[in-house]
Amino acid sequence: MENVTCPFCGLACDDLQVDVAAGMPVPVANACATSREAYRRLAPVPGLTARVGGTPVLLDVAVARAAQILGHAINPLFGGFATDLSGARRIVQLADRCGAVIDHMNSTAKLRNLLTVQDAGWITATLAEVKNRADLVVLLGTDAVSRFPRFFERFVWNEESMFDLDPRSREIVYVGQGLDMRAGCAPDGRAPTSIPCRVDEIGEALGAMRSLLAGLAPQAQVVAGVPLPQWAELLEKLRNSSYGVIVWAAPDFDFPHAELTVQTLSALIKDLNRTTRVCGLPLGGSDGDFTANGVLMWQTGLPFRSSFATGIPVYEPHLNSTQRLLDSGEADALLWVSAFNPNRVPPRTELPTIVLAPPGANFEREPDVFIAVGTPGVDHAGHYTRTDKVVALPLRKLREIGLPSVEAVAASIEASLQQAAN
Amino acid sequence: MGLLKFAGGRVFDPEHGVDGVVQDIFVRDGRIVAAPGSDADIAQEIDCRGRIVMSGAIDMHTHIGGGKVNIARSMLPEDHRGDPLPRTPLTRSSCGYCAPGTLAAGYRYAEMGYTACFEPAVLPVNARQAHMEMGDTPIVDKGGYVMLGSDDFLLRMLAARQDQRAINDYVAWTINAAQAIGVKVVNPGGISAFKFNQRYLDLDEAHRYYQVTPRHILKVLAQAVHDLGVPHPLHVHASNLGLPGNVDTTLATMQAVEGLPLHLTHIQFHSYGAEGDRKFSSGAAQIAEAINANQNITADVGQIMFGQTVTASGDNMTQHRNSGLASPKKFVVMDIECDAGCGVVPFRYRDKNFVNALQWAIGLEIFLLVNDPWRIFLTTDHPNGAPFTSYPHLIKLLMDKSYRKAMLATINPDAAAMSTLGSIDREYSMYEIATMTRAAPARLLGLKDRGHLAPGAAADIVVYRDDKDVEEMFARPQYVFKDGKLVAQDGEIVAVSWGNTHVVRPEYDASIEKQLKPYFDLFHSMRLENFGISDDELCECGHGSKAMPHACRNGRVR
Repeated sequence: MENVTCPFCGLACDDLQVDVAAGMPVPVANACATSREAYRRLAPVPGLTARVGGTPVLLDVAVARAAQILGHAINPLFGGFATDLSGARRIVQLADRCGAVIDHMNSTAKLRNLLTVQDAGWITATLAEVKNRADLVVLLGTDAVSRFPRFFERFVWNEESMFDLDPRSREIVYVGQGLDMRAGCAPDGRAPTSIPCRVDEIGEALGAMRSLLAGLAPQAQVVAGVPLPQWAELLEKLRNSSYGVIVWAAPDFDFPHAELTVQTLSALIKDLNRTTRVCGLPLGGSDGDFTANGVLMWQTGLPFRSSFATGIPVYEPHLNSTQRLLDSGEADALLWVSAFNPNRVPPRTELPTIVLAPPGANFEREPDVFIAVGTPGVDHAGHYTRTDKVVALPLRKLREIGLPSVEAVAASIEASLQQAAN
Repeated sequence: MGLLKFAGGRVFDPEHGVDGVVQDIFVRDGRIVAAPGSDADIAQEIDCRGRIVMSGAIDMHTHIGGGKVNIARSMLPEDHRGDPLPRTPLTRSSCGYCAPGTLAAGYRYAEMGYTACFEPAVLPVNARQAHMEMGDTPIVDKGGYVMLGSDDFLLRMLAARQDQRAINDYVAWTINAAQAIGVKVVNPGGISAFKFNQRYLDLDEAHRYYQVTPRHILKVLAQAVHDLGVPHPLHVHASNLGLPGNVDTTLATMQAVEGLPLHLTHIQFHSYGAEGDRKFSSGAAQIAEAINANQNITADVGQIMFGQTVTASGDNMTQHRNSGLASPKKFVVMDIECDAGCGVVPFRYRDKNFVNALQWAIGLEIFLLVNDPWRIFLTTDHPNGAPFTSYPHLIKLLMDKSYRKAMLATINPDAAAMSTLGSIDREYSMYEIATMTRAAPARLLGLKDRGHLAPGAAADIVVYRDDKDVEEMFARPQYVFKDGKLVAQDGEIVAVSWGNTHVVRPEYDASIEKQLKPYFDLFHSMRLENFGISDDELCECGHGSKAMPHACRNGRVR
């Protein structure tokens, strides 16, 4: 099968060739290591696919038990929330009915960007703009490829661009530590520029560059452990680029109050756009996070970490985090959805727990209810929103081994709740 | 389903010249049918005596779905906190005033008697998401205009002077791929030019890279839409939005298409003179005169209302230029896929601010100075001028001159003095309101079975109390029927359905894909094979939404 969309990272590459002849999808072209590994773990697990208290049961029994748990809960938490378009629609509907809190498994990282959008906004570009236009690519605190393996292959070292730019002439700059910079070498062997500095000090460097741009030279001669002239030089590169792109990945900004770094970056990019064009490229979107959160946002007007407990959606990004609700004991049941990756299991908790995930998950504590679901783009068709949020790609069904979708299971749970209410 | 009788209402059906005549209307299986014989079995009679009856209202330009709308939602939790919509046994919870969730948008539209809404800025590459959001907008039907004119493929075709036929094929292919009902161009070429660091692009100014002018783009796209027989004329967000003196650009834009049909959208934002002490004045009289004189031109107003809103536009160049005016101070600008762009800037229109007050007056002047209600449409460019929930208030301003003049007395006095609004005594009639909100948009979009009340039409029917206060009347109709089913009563949702998607399917020579395939493979970030939206996918994306194809002028429905 050609032109298959891979749902296993935020790039959602849709050029995979997958051999489906043997009933097990095997990528034969264009899949990266992450993708190949994800397809490998799809091997069907024999036996019944739903369990209650660790005992294999029929799907109906598991659904009824899940509905019972949610029906009794006063403050249920819907975590994980890794699913496709149709799954997300049903989960949001169920959350509204149950008065639940919805949070996403990637929300701690996502919040670093979302808070910036809510406080200041930003100027960004999408992948095809980078591919065809960027003459300078600056990577902040990320090498891109550790999380998004084909980033350079598909969007940086492409052979041709739409315009005058020769992609192989692009300048690459890494800012950070411990980055895998091999992908940043140009096809002709030209090495990228590297500015080694701690990721949690990048914000200071961005602030210094803003200051320099405003004509106010900082007094410090060393910023973030790097001599000021190096930052001045990077700033000049940005100012002189025709279309500079600054890449970051929120999960790699893993330090307290990283949203302030993103905010300073947003401000620097806005400043630069007074005279030239420079755009941000926030990389993310893995585990369907833009897909599911997109649905929640457009239906209800609010993002993850919103609560339906009072009959209206209420967004509290700090109060409604999964970890806090579990730690504080405010939640009294957990529904965890991880449709793309069985290894993303819920945080350890003693609460009544329902897990919807593909077969193969290893739990430290067996959930009260486990329902094996299909992987979108493998076991059923669906839709997946890519890292730049603009492009939603169709996911295709590659096999049939009888696994239900998140959508179907959530609908059954809701029907069971409805039945109990009547 | 049995026969439904709407008995004894005063009917306004401008498509058939019916102006407040007392008539019965009969409905069976979601469609209006001819009066049956006297022995017919009436399953239900709706007493419309003393009531006003119209077809469902159609909003032909409202930003209800797609990437920029969802960016606006994500930027504005403060907007949403203040305007919650609680869950009921029947309806879901949602929230948002100027950028509401799709659920809130659908319910509120239906409560006001709207039964179809058209999203005017569907980026081809974002069309799936637009259909997903529109699909999650309950009750109302929807449709979208696909955006072209800053996409690299078209611009390189123009630069290469490819012939009109090839361009027509590309335009038709795009309409089909995106499941759209029309074509829109936004700041022709300007979205692309901004990516090459051009900050303005006047009608005859060349794009730095392609050396193509907005005039050329307009001419070619208007020709394509016309040649393909797409009912809706090219939908144009003209160059120089918001700039003082842009009235000249707008007048020149009307002439640029040399008599071809053209729809100028949110024309209020394009009707500014540069006279007076503050170099900002009304160009409404010139614009209205030009519309009156040129039968090929239609326009929607994009009226502004005072208060908080958010502007969401494909015009990244203009939105970036205006980002300093953001209130609260935040904005998002995005360059999208060498195809399009967007900009989202929250904005508060203030009645004591000279510019804002004059913008308000200019919009009303245009409404009142254009003679033909078939060619001027009631919009606020939701949410750019104001949220759609302000329509009843806007209708009152048009129908009640004493109310309008009282409002005029409260705005910035310098602006009031610059405006001719106080001297205009026209009051819109009920028939004219029905024309501009029903019959005219249906005709302009080619929706043969909407916007009227003759047999064969879909039973989208609204029954209003003949209230002295027209704002109250239009805010809360007594009954709203969608496809023959009662969905809202006295401003409350009583049944939830999910609308369908209106599309057109112009024919084209499929060999255009031979050009597009290598182009996608080389330059794009997705495969051509994954670009187009099939009917099955539309249904899946659109919450069960079915494609409802309308005929192009060559008569064929595909």
